Amino acid sequence: MEEDKKTNRRDFIFSASYALGAVGVGAAVWPLIDQMNPDASVKALASTEVDVSGVEKGQSITVLWRGKPVFIRRRTEEEIAKAKDVKLEDLPHPETDEERAKNPEWLVMLGVCTHLGCVPLGDKGEYGGWFCPCHGSHYDTSGRIRKGPAPTNMEVPKYEFVNANTIKIG
Amino acid sequence: MSDHEYTPKSKLGKWFNDRLPLLTLSNHLQEYPTPKNLNYWWTFGGILTFCLITQIITGLILAMHYIASADLAFGSVEHIMRDVNYGWLIRYVHANGASMFFLAVYIHIFRSLYYGSYKSPREVIWIIGMIIYFLMMATAFMGYVLPWGQMSFWGATVITNLFSAIPLVGESITNWLWGGYAVDNPTLIRFYSLHYLFPFLIFGLVILHIWALHVPGNNNPIGIDIKKPSKDTVPFHPYIVVKDLFALLIFLIVFAFFVFYSPNILGHADNYIEANPLVTPAHIVPEWYLLPFYAILRSIPDKLFGVIAMFAAIFVLVILPWLDTSKVRSAIFRPLYKQFYWFLVADVLILGYVGAMPAEGLYLLVARVATAYYFLHFLVILPVLGAKEKTLDVPLSLTEPVFGGSPNEAMLKKKKEI
Amino acid sequence: MKNFFKSILFCTVFLFYGFSSIAAEQSSKLLDPGWSFKGFFGKFDRAQLQRGYQVYTEVCAACHSMKYLSYRNLSQPGGPEFSEQQAKIIASQFEVTDGPNSEGEMFTRPARLSDKFVGPYPNEQAATAANGGAYPPDMSVLVKARKGGADYIYSVLMGYEDPPSGVILDDGVYYNKYMPGNKIKMSKPLMEGAVEYIDGTVSSEEQMSKDVVAYLAWAAEPHLEARHKIGFRAIIYLLILTVLVYFSMKKLWSRIESKV
Repeated sequence: MEEDKKTNRRDFIFSASYALGAVGVGAAVWPLIDQMNPDASVKALASTEVDVSGVEKGQSITVLWRGKPVFIRRRTEEEIAKAKDVKLEDLPHPETDEERAKNPEWLVMLGVCTHLGCVPLGDKGEYGGWFCPCHGSHYDTSGRIRKGPAPTNMEVPKYEFVNANTIKIG
Repeated sequence: MSDHEYTPKSKLGKWFNDRLPLLTLSNHLQEYPTPKNLNYWWTFGGILTFCLITQIITGLILAMHYIASADLAFGSVEHIMRDVNYGWLIRYVHANGASMFFLAVYIHIFRSLYYGSYKSPREVIWIIGMIIYFLMMATAFMGYVLPWGQMSFWGATVITNLFSAIPLVGESITNWLWGGYAVDNPTLIRFYSLHYLFPFLIFGLVILHIWALHVPGNNNPIGIDIKKPSKDTVPFHPYIVVKDLFALLIFLIVFAFFVFYSPNILGHADNYIEANPLVTPAHIVPEWYLLPFYAILRSIPDKLFGVIAMFAAIFVLVILPWLDTSKVRSAIFRPLYKQFYWFLVADVLILGYVGAMPAEGLYLLVARVATAYYFLHFLVILPVLGAKEKTLDVPLSLTEPVFGGSPNEAMLKKKKEI
Repeated sequence: MKNFFKSILFCTVFLFYGFSSIAAEQSSKLLDPGWSFKGFFGKFDRAQLQRGYQVYTEVCAACHSMKYLSYRNLSQPGGPEFSEQQAKIIASQFEVTDGPNSEGEMFTRPARLSDKFVGPYPNEQAATAANGGAYPPDMSVLVKARKGGADYIYSVLMGYEDPPSGVILDDGVYYNKYMPGNKIKMSKPLMEGAVEYIDGTVSSEEQMSKDVVAYLAWAAEPHLEARHKIGFRAIIYLLILTVLVYFSMKKLWSRIESKV
């Protein structure tokens, strides 16, 4: 009996030390990992405001937001019509143009190919939209993937019109 | 290494071990016979290993956020302190970690001095240790420059100017060190590069230090050679590991008090003022762990000889195994040496104290006396003691007490006879 | 075990020796009004920090920059904790230079949360020139950059006196009991009622000094509250683990005939 008790207590002390030690190591490692996450100054730049008063129909501008290019295109009637005409069945990643452009005249999206992150070229490609030179992905006038290795449409970030001439991204 | 042949149990283990004997190494480290009478002063080797690894990890992380540029360094440190997730914690651990590292290394060195661990056959361990210590000072000094505060800048100016004391080539050497005509951006960047490199050199030397230790095995408080493995030894794992761990935890509590409750007390307020080459702080002091050497430097009225004295103070430590000619290792059996040992401890503490004070009046006088005594201890007292001291009888083993005047008799008697 | 306690004692003596050699020169006569942020559980008083910011921005900011702070810091946890909306309004009262725009021109716009505090002068030289040759130091880390910290700055703010007879001061130099050398180029900054506190607190000289120094202490060490909180937990944790490891060690070593 006495021996048994002793063994139990010893085992308990050893396991408790190990368990508590492991918890401590885990807690100490977290700051070492978390320090690589975006820091407070980076997070503070999470939104940006863009003045679009100078953009004519058929023109587009590229702005930097969170370190990535954002395409802002003022589309022509023709481009809008073309984007709206497409049947959803024909799309690898079905999304309507209305879902992607709140205000049909303005298309705002991340200029990053969803394949491996290159920046597609404007007014190029078989669908009159964008073409990614890295691996040959074709996007249409709504920034949707039509042909090539990219799996999804170009991403539309969160944005809003602060007034008629200013878009706030993020 | 006096290992018995080790064969892994599993087939795969054996296959791997035949090609790269890592398992033999791991087995050696676990089984390594350690004297069982080691006291807590011997735990600082493990604590120092922990300190080095902590400094390397936190340093690597700080390097991810720090910018080595005279214009941006100070701001990037503030960025770490304010914006980076847990940046304040990592920087405070690194900055206070340097102090804790030196605290531990001084205890480690003074333990060796007390128990004669530097004597034959452990001279090489000692010399490697001294090289590590020297590299530590260089690393700490360059690290202190990186925040580019007032103390960084002026500390760097003063220390690099030491080299200008060298006749003929002094100025060329300082210009070479600076990469300019004063401490400036090029100096900062090269110090950053070297501050990054040196810890890895230290790491390599630590491996050699431990390797050299594992050849003769540990010294011990009695200072006698012991048979290994024997009744006098225990395997390193788990006995010494758990003891080192316990001591490390106590050390960590002290460390945590500094990091969390007085993170700036060991630093100097002026280092939170951005470097300004036009304004010298009223009172330039190095970090506390360099103060004794700083005191020696300032106690000599001549520039060149001051520098020589400072480096000589380190060099006498390197040749210590040949200065101390006594065959008996442990101070326990050297009644006179024991007293002089404590005089030396007091002397170094006094040097540290006057190093922090202005070099004038009484302080300067005390510094000079203490400097003289420092050299006297190593160059005169130790060789004379080796020849003249009447040492006490030394027991032949830890477990078999030898009767006849051993001061350790009482302690040894407590242990069971075999 | 006896040896062990000796080791601890030795370390403690060694550490205090380290402290004392640093603290030795520090004058002990500084005023200490009793800060809420000192001690193991020290925290900032939000209302005090908000008042302190008001004093800084209405009085100190005329000459002293705080270039390492951003407007977003005003709403971050552990600080004055203005609401994000309040911090945005504060920021929008300042003009920052941005650009270049698409025409290559620099332009000004109201500051945003992500912007750093706008300073009173474009550069150090301008600040020095405008203040009779004495650069008004940046206040971002001022509390950590002065021996004596918060107590010292509070003491300087409260330490303006008429010079003792025999001390002759140049024009634009003032007598201060706590300034090293007793001479300061800043005129007494906080006069009774210099600010009208939004929260209705009476703005005595003492009150304003206390508030602004608390604010500066936060600015110098914005994560102080997190540090105290994590530190307390870390030390409790270490103590428990130390006890457990101690007993583990005792158990292990009881197998062999030797003491730990």
